[in-house]
Order: sequence, then structure tokens, then C-alpha cells
Amino acid sequence: MESVLGRYRNLIILVGVLFLQVLGLAMQVKKNGTDEEKTRLIRIWAVDAMTPLERTLVWVQNGSGNLWRNYFYLRGVRAENRQLKEQIEQMRLQQVRLADDAAQARRLQTLLAFKEQFISHTVAAQVIGSSGSDLSRIIYIDKGEKAGIQRDMAVMTSDGIVGKVLLVYPSVAQVLLINDQSSGVGALLEKTRVQGVLRGTANGEVTLERVMSDEQVSPGETVLTSGGDQIFPKGLPVGTVTKVGNGRDLFLNIKIKPAADLSKLEEVLVLVEKQERQSPAEEAIHMRASDILAQRLPSVPDKPAADAKSAAATTGTARNGTTQPKAQIKQQLGTVAKPGLDSTKPVPAKTGISAPATASAKAARNPSGTNGVNISLLPEQPTKVVDSSAVQKSTDTVGASPSGSQPDASQAHPASAQPKLDTPSTTPPAKPQPPAGESNPQ
Amino acid sequence: MPVTYTSGEQVEVYRFSIPVTVGIPLLALFVQAFVPLRFPRFAVYVDLPLLVTIFFAMARRNPTSGLLTGAVIGLAQDMLGHNPIGIYGIAKTVVGYGASSLGVKLDVENAGARLLVTLGFYFVHAAVYFTVAHGLVNMTQTWSWPRGLLAGLANAFLGVMLFFVLDKFKQRT
Repeated sequence: MESVLGRYRNLIILVGVLFLQVLGLAMQVKKNGTDEEKTRLIRIWAVDAMTPLERTLVWVQNGSGNLWRNYFYLRGVRAENRQLKEQIEQMRLQQVRLADDAAQARRLQTLLAFKEQFISHTVAAQVIGSSGSDLSRIIYIDKGEKAGIQRDMAVMTSDGIVGKVLLVYPSVAQVLLINDQSSGVGALLEKTRVQGVLRGTANGEVTLERVMSDEQVSPGETVLTSGGDQIFPKGLPVGTVTKVGNGRDLFLNIKIKPAADLSKLEEVLVLVEKQERQSPAEEAIHMRASDILAQRLPSVPDKPAADAKSAAATTGTARNGTTQPKAQIKQQLGTVAKPGLDSTKPVPAKTGISAPATASAKAARNPSGTNGVNISLLPEQPTKVVDSSAVQKSTDTVGASPSGSQPDASQAHPASAQPKLDTPSTTPPAKPQPPAGESNPQ
Repeated sequence: MPVTYTSGEQVEVYRFSIPVTVGIPLLALFVQAFVPLRFPRFAVYVDLPLLVTIFFAMARRNPTSGLLTGAVIGLAQDMLGHNPIGIYGIAKTVVGYGASSLGVKLDVENAGARLLVTLGFYFVHAAVYFTVAHGLVNMTQTWSWPRGLLAGLANAFLGVMLFFVLDKFKQRT
């Protein structure tokens, strides 16, 4: 027995070592969801052994490169400066055009109640290493937990998206590139808005999957992130279509050239914080809606004696059922839903009822609210839904019923002045108005 | 053909100092991880940890130490990637065992022998890797013969040059 063991000792050890590794592999594959946590420690050891060397080398390389570029090799800088200035001029012109487009887009988003994801904070990081294998397309960056990096954060360059953070170590993070075959990004085609899933292939190419073969996709078309993966904000450049062919199961086989050069990454940006918020124009609506509601709140602070009489008259009229009816409030909402309007300035109205000039002027002179209405003291209304329902409730409370009421004469004349919104309701005790679309031009 | 059959007594067995035993594989892993940042094709065509495994295994001529060297280097290489740990480990264990077993029987000190041995073991490594990756881990892999052949030749030629450099670190037992 001993002779057999001695004779086949090497073979037995080989089988034993292979068995152990296969066992470990099988355990990792079985616990697919949590394997990263299990193997994290030994990965940390390996990464800790490698990254100081890589970091040092990158530092030396960058230092020597900067020394050469900044002090010795300045040939052509003047010409380059001139070119850059020309480029700036062109970009300024382009900026004006883009600003118009952006304003238009914001208005449209307001109409559609879109929420936008804004990139609010990024961390620049240096690429210091890779996996060294073409079967695992990852890179290492020199920022980790200490810099606020977390798992599943988007990584990009100024050209386009790069990948997502896969593992985070204290001072290093591992980034899975979009051309790895285990990667997946929600993407859409810019012109046709057709959505698909961006995936890497085994040989490092990037393809757009899940696009039906009856869709019109042409080479050269730009691909953007769709935001559907909850990692990349919508609208970031992904790449361009290079080849379109028929794939399997009625889907197209679309090859993409990434916008960012994934093979020559030096610095990247990690998107550490993104905010989801309404577009600015829509925020303006909320502000003004809350102002309108504030006028009808019963808990109005006491005024100084000088304005007591006028304010009493104002609130009194509101409580006596003379508050603007729902249709009129809607009209006001629509009228003030313009981005960039200052809430302290009177808003001229195209339609609506007139307000006493004195009340407007007083409020304009004293926006802090001697008459008891102060925007800054009132809580901002959180959502649109609340706004509309609150308007409804407010209107119903005072017993104004727009149905069957006669249209106000002043509404028929668009030249009438709109009451200032941050003043108490000074609406004359008039008849409720129908919505603007239903106004009777009599 | 420079490959000659040698008896066990005729072949020389070498050993290496601890800094070389630890440092050379680490350096190989480091270069393998760093160079592709500047030369992306490097990772496709060159596998320095594999060359180091073959060199140490053939020089020591001990199957046990050869397979253990291959296992350690392979596992370290696995740890730098994001795939399950063990795929490179298994492949390099097999290569380490094979190279050291071959080193016992053949004189692999000359350039021609090294070229052929390295070329052969590159394909052994690729075959084991793809089998494990596809069969055990269910990874999608594509094999391209032109690319594989080119990579094999690149590794073989680089291996010949590298082995001559690494020969300087050999110590006779």
C-alpha cells in the first residue's frame, strides 16, 4: 500500500489539489449571489499586493509625463492656444443654441411631469490596473470606500460611460467594463428611441440586444443610456452603431462602438451621487401653487394695527365665500407656470380678475408679510398631487361652486390684471368663473 | 531536434531563493495587470504568469512543487479578475504538473525545446481553462484558432527570451 502511495504520490497530490479547487469553484457558482462576500478577503490580499506597485508606477509615469509636457515640451502651445480660442467661440455659439433647446426640453418635461436624474457629485479616479485577462474585463481605480465609492456606482469619462463599480476596497475599487460579457446596461437609440440591453461579448465587443428585427436601426446612430438599469442616469453617451445584422429569435444583432475608449482609460469619473428631482420649471409651479394656497389658510398671523383694517377686510371676504373658484385657481396655476418668474414680482395675467393696486403694492413693498402672508414661513408643498387636491379642498371648503355659475366679465377681457399671488386674496366678491376654455365671450 | 531524452540522474534540478520564488510570480502578475492599460492587446496574446509557471516547474523538475506553484500563481491571477476563483488555478495546476513531469524526462534547457514546450502548454492551458469555464462555470467562451495560434506563438517566443533571463536566478542544488 505504501509503495503504491509513494509511486503515485504526485498524481494523488495533483488530484487532491484539483479536487479542492473544483470544490471551491462549485461552491462559488452555487452561492452565486453571495460569492463576492465569501471570497472578498483573499481578493483583498491579492489586490493589496498588486495595487501599491501599480499606484507607484502610475504616479511615477504621470509625474515624469507631466514634467515633460509642462516644462520641456511646449512646442506648438501657441498654435494650440489659438485653436482652442476658436473652439471656445464656436462652443459659445453652440451653447446658446443648446440653452434654447434645454429650456424647451424643460418646458416639455414640465408638461409631461418628468423627473430628471442629475449628476450631482462625481469623483475623479486614476486607472491603476486591470485583471490582466481578456476574459475578465475589469479595471482598478485608485479610489475606494474612503472616497465615498460604493458598489454599483456608474463610471464614465467625458466621452461616455465606462462601466460600473463591482467591488470596493478601502482605497481601491474594481470596475466592470461595459464590454465584459457579464455586463448589462439599459440603452436606447437616440433617434428612434428604441430601447435595448447593452452587453459585452466574449471577445470584448459591445452589442445592443433585445431590439426587434422590424425596428429601423442604421449604422452611425448614437446610443444613449436609458436609465432603466438604475445605475446610469438617462441620456449619457454610450457609443455609435457600427453594424446591424439579423440575430437570433427575431432580434437584431447590433454592434456598438463605445464612445469612451475602453482600451485606453487613464482617468475616469465615478458618479457617487445623483439626484432625482423635478425640472426647475416644475419646481416653480410648486412654489406658486403653495403661494396660492397660503392665501387661503385660516391661520394667518395677526397684523400690525396699521394694516389691520385692510387685512380684516381681505380675510373676511375670503371667509365669506368670495374666494376664487376652482377654475380660476387652475387658471392662475396655469398662468404662473412659467420658469424663472420671481415670486415677489407681480405677474401680469392674460386672463383673470383684477386686484386692488394698493394691496399689490403693499405686498411688493413688504414681502415679509405685515399683512400676514409670507412665503418663507410656509412649508413648501411637496408634490403636484397634493397641490391639486389641496386646491380642490380649499375651494370646496369655502363653498364656491363653479358649476352653474356665470362667467365673470373680467375673464372675458384678457387685458385684465392678475392679482399678485403673494398677497391675500383680494378677489372681489364676484361670481365664480368657469375654466378658461369654457369662458363665454359675451 | 534539440529535445533529448535524459535519465533522472543526468538532469539538473534547480532551486530558487525565496525572494525570487515570491518576487518573480508577483512581478509577472503585476506586469500582466498593468501593461494592458497601455497596450490592450497584451492581455489577449501574452500570459506571463503561465510562462513563469512553466519556467519554475521545468527548472525544479518536481511535479508536486510544480503543481503547487501553478496552483498558487493561477489562484492569484483569478483573484485579480471578477470571475470565480479557481479557473486559472486549475488550468495552471495542470500545466505546472505537466511541465515538471516533462522536465524530469526531457532536457528542456535549449531554445528549441522551450519554444515547443511553451507552445504546447499554452494550448493545454487554454483547453483546460475553456473546459472549466464553459463546463463548470457556464461562461460563454469563444475560441478562435487564428488568434489562439498567434497567442501561442507569441507566448512561446516571449517564453524563450524570458527563460534565458530567469536562468540567471537559478541555483544548483
